[in-house]
Amino acid sequence: MHEHDVIVVGAGGAGLRAAIAAHEEGADVAMVTKLHPVRSHTGAAEGGINAALRDGDDWELHAYDTMKGSDYLGDAPAIEKLAQDAPEEVVQLEHWGMPFSREDDGRVSQRPFGGLSFPRTTYAGAETGHHLLHTMYEQVVKRGITVYDEFYVSRLAVTDHDDPEDRECHGVVAYDIKSGDIVGFRATNGVILATGGDGQVFDHTTNAVANTGDGPAMAYRAGVPVEDMEFVQFHPTTLPSTGVLISEGVRGEGGILYNGNGERFMFEYGYANNAGELASRDVVARAELTEVNQGRGIEDEYVHLDMRHLGEERIYDRLENIIHLAEDFEGVDPVEEPMPVKPGQHYHMGGVETNEHGQTCIDGLYAAGECACASVHGSNRLGGNALPELIVFGARAGRHAAGTDLGTAEVPTGPSARSEDETDLDTPVDPGALETDGDVAADGALVEPAEVVDHAVEMERARVEDMLERDGTNHAEIREDLQKAMTRNVNVFRNEEGLKTALETIRECRERYKDVAVADPSRTFNTDLIHTIETRNLIDIAETITLGALARDEFRGAHWRQEHQERKDDEWLKHTMIAWDGGTPDLYYKPVILEGENKEYEPKVRSY
Amino acid sequence: MSTQIEQESEAETEAEADVETEAESTHQQRRLTAKHDRADMRQRAEAELSETDETVKLKVFRYDPEVEGKSDPRFDTFRVPFTKGMTVLDALIFARDHFDSSLTFRHSCRQAICGSDALFINGRQRLGCKTQMSDLDWPVRIEPLPHAEVVKDLVVDMEHFYDQMESVEPYFQTNDLPSGELEEQRQDRANREKIKMSTRCIWCGACMSSCNIAAGDNEYLGPAAINKAYRFAMDEREGEDMQEHRLNIIEQEHGVWRCQTQFSCTEVCPKDIPLTEHIQELKREAVKSNLKFW
Repeated sequence: MHEHDVIVVGAGGAGLRAAIAAHEEGADVAMVTKLHPVRSHTGAAEGGINAALRDGDDWELHAYDTMKGSDYLGDAPAIEKLAQDAPEEVVQLEHWGMPFSREDDGRVSQRPFGGLSFPRTTYAGAETGHHLLHTMYEQVVKRGITVYDEFYVSRLAVTDHDDPEDRECHGVVAYDIKSGDIVGFRATNGVILATGGDGQVFDHTTNAVANTGDGPAMAYRAGVPVEDMEFVQFHPTTLPSTGVLISEGVRGEGGILYNGNGERFMFEYGYANNAGELASRDVVARAELTEVNQGRGIEDEYVHLDMRHLGEERIYDRLENIIHLAEDFEGVDPVEEPMPVKPGQHYHMGGVETNEHGQTCIDGLYAAGECACASVHGSNRLGGNALPELIVFGARAGRHAAGTDLGTAEVPTGPSARSEDETDLDTPVDPGALETDGDVAADGALVEPAEVVDHAVEMERARVEDMLERDGTNHAEIREDLQKAMTRNVNVFRNEEGLKTALETIRECRERYKDVAVADPSRTFNTDLIHTIETRNLIDIAETITLGALARDEFRGAHWRQEHQERKDDEWLKHTMIAWDGGTPDLYYKPVILEGENKEYEPKVRSY
Repeated sequence: MSTQIEQESEAETEAEADVETEAESTHQQRRLTAKHDRADMRQRAEAELSETDETVKLKVFRYDPEVEGKSDPRFDTFRVPFTKGMTVLDALIFARDHFDSSLTFRHSCRQAICGSDALFINGRQRLGCKTQMSDLDWPVRIEPLPHAEVVKDLVVDMEHFYDQMESVEPYFQTNDLPSGELEEQRQDRANREKIKMSTRCIWCGACMSSCNIAAGDNEYLGPAAINKAYRFAMDEREGEDMQEHRLNIIEQEHGVWRCQTQFSCTEVCPKDIPLTEHIQELKREAVKSNLKFW
């Protein structure tokens, strides 16, 4: 067994920042990651990092834009922390040598982004995430932080007290991909989940193949509620054939969207009369699909994004990466012709419920980054707000896990944060029982931390051996059916019938998964085994997304319902929570916090 | 058991022949030429294909030290239905998900940024995800990166590559930060432009695998690590003292002077980083810096 003060699971932006922060507080930190850190999906982020750095801008404006963008489903204490800490964090990155794009005076450049009242998106070409990831990994190397790369964490070592709020996390269990060993990692201070997105739930996504929601699925099964899972962001500009992302930076720099008739539809059809192409992402994604559905698309599938008028020089200076992506993955030269684009799954606003210190309701278990829900993005994330989230909440989780006093958290978590009045709550779905055998991370209410980890290792070893030895279905068939059902029914446009159909398919997938088997008998680098474990995580995540979407009968942010075309603030200014209750998903709500440090955010009609 | 795959010589020969034109042409011209070539090839390939029932044959290297029947390296043939726009990675995923789930290779972002699927495809180092099947001669031969130990199938051990990367102190170092917490360092636009290409490295290891010198000298820093050193040595924010220190690192016995400018690294780099140029520039800087002390 390995032992460290703080174990960080995942080594993308949030994980790296958490590790550096914990190390700076004097903790012995280790990162356990299924990819080598530089392979993490943070590297694919393109657009930039929002931070109020300049005169005329301030954190309060950033917080206001974020709250409005969230469609009033973000929690003010978390949003304000994001806006307050971002400038210092971004300047810190600059001090670590990150190669930001520069103004003539040598200061870092900022550009406009959708939904922002000030051009506060700091960037490094159209490859900001790549530079962010590498700059932070360099700092990890500099500090000599231990990295267990190509170790796949597949189970948390958590005590099984009846009440999740009494449970403690003492470590994790990982599969050493190269050797095939199942290894225990004990964390004396805390485990920080930073496992990123879960876009592989869908079959058209900008997300990496590794983004399978491992962190949220493990935390969910260990008893931490997942929050606002119905809010999935579909990015308006992805390449139709692959889902590769074309940065919002293209529209930020002046790129224009045209429909099949050559009309600038954002204005022509009144989707966003002021902001046009720079309305927030949910608005643009729906506009594009509406054009396609009304017969004004191109090849009944996509619209055009044109940046030719920006001129070759400017494109090369600020968006060069886009030229390569469009050429390599779609065969289009965007200097000479418009790019075909359509919406694709991009980001998950929901995730592991945490407070603004990254803490979950299980003692010693933290989450940060896309896998977490603090919640800063509410029902719709603004472009450029994912990267500050990584560094701000990664750093806060790292510090807190290392023992720094960050004060009392204002965002309540866990089952005790339920809305008081639930008597008349009508959950319009009937959450079915799930297969539960051996899912809770530990049992016997063990108290010795090392025993909890050992016990979890034994349980995981048994599960893996079982999958390796038996004959049965290959996970790939199940995964494909799941992804297709989600894309067909739980996409940008949703209705009750479709959501129910998706739920049926998900439950069938869960049944079929009981017979899943790993065909590759090898212990060495068994990717068949990893993908099989991931597929189980995808099933759990897909189910929470669909349940949440079915329950929320209103239209808010990224969540659009055919039968419910209005935002219902009277009923729905609350977070959807789903908890694993002995194998049956327990759906409940907790109120949104609109009260900030100096002001109360008043829900307004969101127009751009 | 270590399986060193015999390095094919085609890549090197081609690379040397291209040296002159490579150096003379601008970045944009190179891009346009490559684009036209590719369009031609695609057109030809597509003309030869009927849309639906065409299959492409993959010959894939297989090896697993602990599985009987796979411990002797061999090639397996997979026939995969060809679809327009299909990449080598798409074809491998299809083969794995439909024919043999034990087929093992690294991949993640499938958009040329995670750097994990560098492979030896038809005798040349390329990223599987950004290589179109229609750009290749068929059948397509797929092997692990040469000059690295094979762990299983197409997966090679990257430890030596990572060690070399980390040996050049690959992190920003300066003692001269501006006072004031929210005050950033200034960097001239031209200076950022100078280091820009060097910062694009995705650690895929294609360059190192293609380098004959690295193949013969295990201690040679190799093109990727030297490029990483370049990225910092040329960054004006680090200051002159630190540049001196960095030049000392790359000037060591197994550093820049081992490079014989064969250009194979530059030729295979999927991010178009002018690696050979960077190495030459560091050689010049090292000479200049030594001259000062004479």
